Amino acid sequence: MKIHEYQAKMVLGRHGVPIPKGDVVVSAFEAHQVAERLGTDVVVVKAQIHAGGRGKGGGIRSARGPAEAERVAEELLGMQLVTHQTGPEGRKVARLLVEEGLDIERELYLGLVLDRAAGCPVMMASATGGMDIEQVAADTPALIVREHAHPTAGLAAYQARKLAFGIGLGATLVAPAVEIMRNLYQTFLATDASLLEINPLVITRGGQLLALDAKIDLDDNALFRHKDLAKLRDLSEEEPLEVEASKHSLNYIRLDGTIGCMVNGAGLAMATMDVIKLAGGEPANFLDVGGGANAEQIRNAFKILVADANVKAVFINIFGGILRCDVLAKGIIAAVREVDLQVPLVIRMEGTNVEQGWKMLQASGLSFTLAETMAQGAEHVVRLA
Amino acid sequence: MAILIDKDTRLLVQGLTGREGTFHAKQSAAYGTTVVGGVTPGKGGTTHEGWPVFDTMVQAVEATGANASLIFVPPPFAADAILEAASAGVPLVVCITEGIPTLDMARTLALIDSRATRLVGPNCPGLISPGRSKVGIIPGHICCEGRVGIVSRSGTLVYEAIHQLTGVGLGLSTCIGIGGDPLIGTSFVDTLQLFSGDNETDAVIVIGEIGGTAEEEVAAYIRRGFKKPVVGFVAGQTAPPGRRMGHAGAIVANGKGTAAEKMDALAAAGVHVVESPADLGAAMALALSSRP
Repeated sequence: MKIHEYQAKMVLGRHGVPIPKGDVVVSAFEAHQVAERLGTDVVVVKAQIHAGGRGKGGGIRSARGPAEAERVAEELLGMQLVTHQTGPEGRKVARLLVEEGLDIERELYLGLVLDRAAGCPVMMASATGGMDIEQVAADTPALIVREHAHPTAGLAAYQARKLAFGIGLGATLVAPAVEIMRNLYQTFLATDASLLEINPLVITRGGQLLALDAKIDLDDNALFRHKDLAKLRDLSEEEPLEVEASKHSLNYIRLDGTIGCMVNGAGLAMATMDVIKLAGGEPANFLDVGGGANAEQIRNAFKILVADANVKAVFINIFGGILRCDVLAKGIIAAVREVDLQVPLVIRMEGTNVEQGWKMLQASGLSFTLAETMAQGAEHVVRLA
Repeated sequence: MAILIDKDTRLLVQGLTGREGTFHAKQSAAYGTTVVGGVTPGKGGTTHEGWPVFDTMVQAVEATGANASLIFVPPPFAADAILEAASAGVPLVVCITEGIPTLDMARTLALIDSRATRLVGPNCPGLISPGRSKVGIIPGHICCEGRVGIVSRSGTLVYEAIHQLTGVGLGLSTCIGIGGDPLIGTSFVDTLQLFSGDNETDAVIVIGEIGGTAEEEVAAYIRRGFKKPVVGFVAGQTAPPGRRMGHAGAIVANGKGTAAEKMDALAAAGVHVVESPADLGAAMALALSSRP
């Protein structure tokens, strides 16, 4: 799960990571008030959306004094902010973070992520902050230093010191940097984060270290034990059909194509998208109804599938292992009748009780094409779309 | 001989008394697996579907001589169940549970002595050696005995591969689903090492998916001298970057972990890579018939 910058900073602040003074606002009037309260010559007004590249997209602006902050806020609120991560339609800006302007001397990078191959979190630091870290990793990998944290022992102080010296911090800054790194690691554990980034971590002319920007991604599987963090979910940042699907525990991701697909199991669902593409079509979605789906799940899935106006044909590809084909057929028949399906339907069904399932579908009087194999089904559905 | 499980497997089910645990324990027993009992804390001393239930794994292993454990414990408690099985000295632990927090798994994997306990999964369908034993949820009736091994990150693609092998008249030595999570106990390479030493496995199907570097590790391992023919497929060629495709581990992050990279790496190592999952069976038949 993604959260906003202002939420990430709140979480980091609670764990002892220094953050700039500021507040989140939803109106230009409030922006004026916050700027007044901060009292600095310059304030920074930052659009809060779940995407990177906000600065380049014009979503981060500085303002001299409360009146200008109000004007800038007026412009930003309600705009469709386009960045390299949002797609051409952009994201609507509904909230702004208004912060004190800082006199910045240097920008650093600090990040924590799970290293899958090593099986533990790895902390990364770089002297080149404020830039796209993936680009730094690709162009100048030597500028990033890393330390793996032991999954049970954690990040040792000496490891944090190695990182701090490794990015060229002087003796006076090493101690506060080490404290930030260890607090960052504690935050990672305490929130069950999957990614935690401070980019940039700045050194002010006054010699203070602060998290100027922050990003936290949370492990969805751990949200059950973080009720407070689960509340930070912003549904308006998510695709409405995906929100609806998640209510029914369906794994659905909306894509740009025209062929709606319904599959059981994540691997087979991805593979089905692949065969559609190989047959010359474009999948409209990823949809995994789960290995043990019932008729009700199938019905909910179908509704979400056809709610996408781009869908010109539907491909159902189910391998019934635990899920029996007769149960599936029953679900499909009920769903097609209920949603009054207007587009062609291709069904490929295999596995437990398949003959029974086929008979039920054929006897139903519904209009659809039965495919013998996954490849044949994909070719059919592409032709029909 | 097959790998990891055979006629001598004596299975305990952790979470036996739950709905899933009960269903699959019965299915495994019906397939011919020797199920010796189960563990549900607080229900020790009772019986369930004729099997003895124990409070702790140590008691259960002592009383039954079990050498394998199958876990159907809900996600908040599953990592602990794995540790309990390992602490009781069970040599093979198969965890079906999907949705375990990643940091729980990081801690668990660091604590298990991998020389004493092999963990398969989590978030996997388990394994089956047709005609001998099954530990997990792979439907037995779709499998035939034979000499092809399957290893896959995905469950339903395993079923698809089995079905296609049956279609071309090939059967299985052992089929193993290693799981769709970012952190798992047994890797592709671990499994290939076992298949390498198994004289009843002639060839292997490897089914990967986007995310991580497990498929690249397969390629490197095969280059070091894996002799048996390998057919490979990588799911997610059309997956959009940055999105988690159902499995917690299936994500293309920062342009890394794409299907294209993985397919290239496998092909360069001599794997018969198929673009379409529908070609797995035919490709295996061809690979076996064109062997020197």
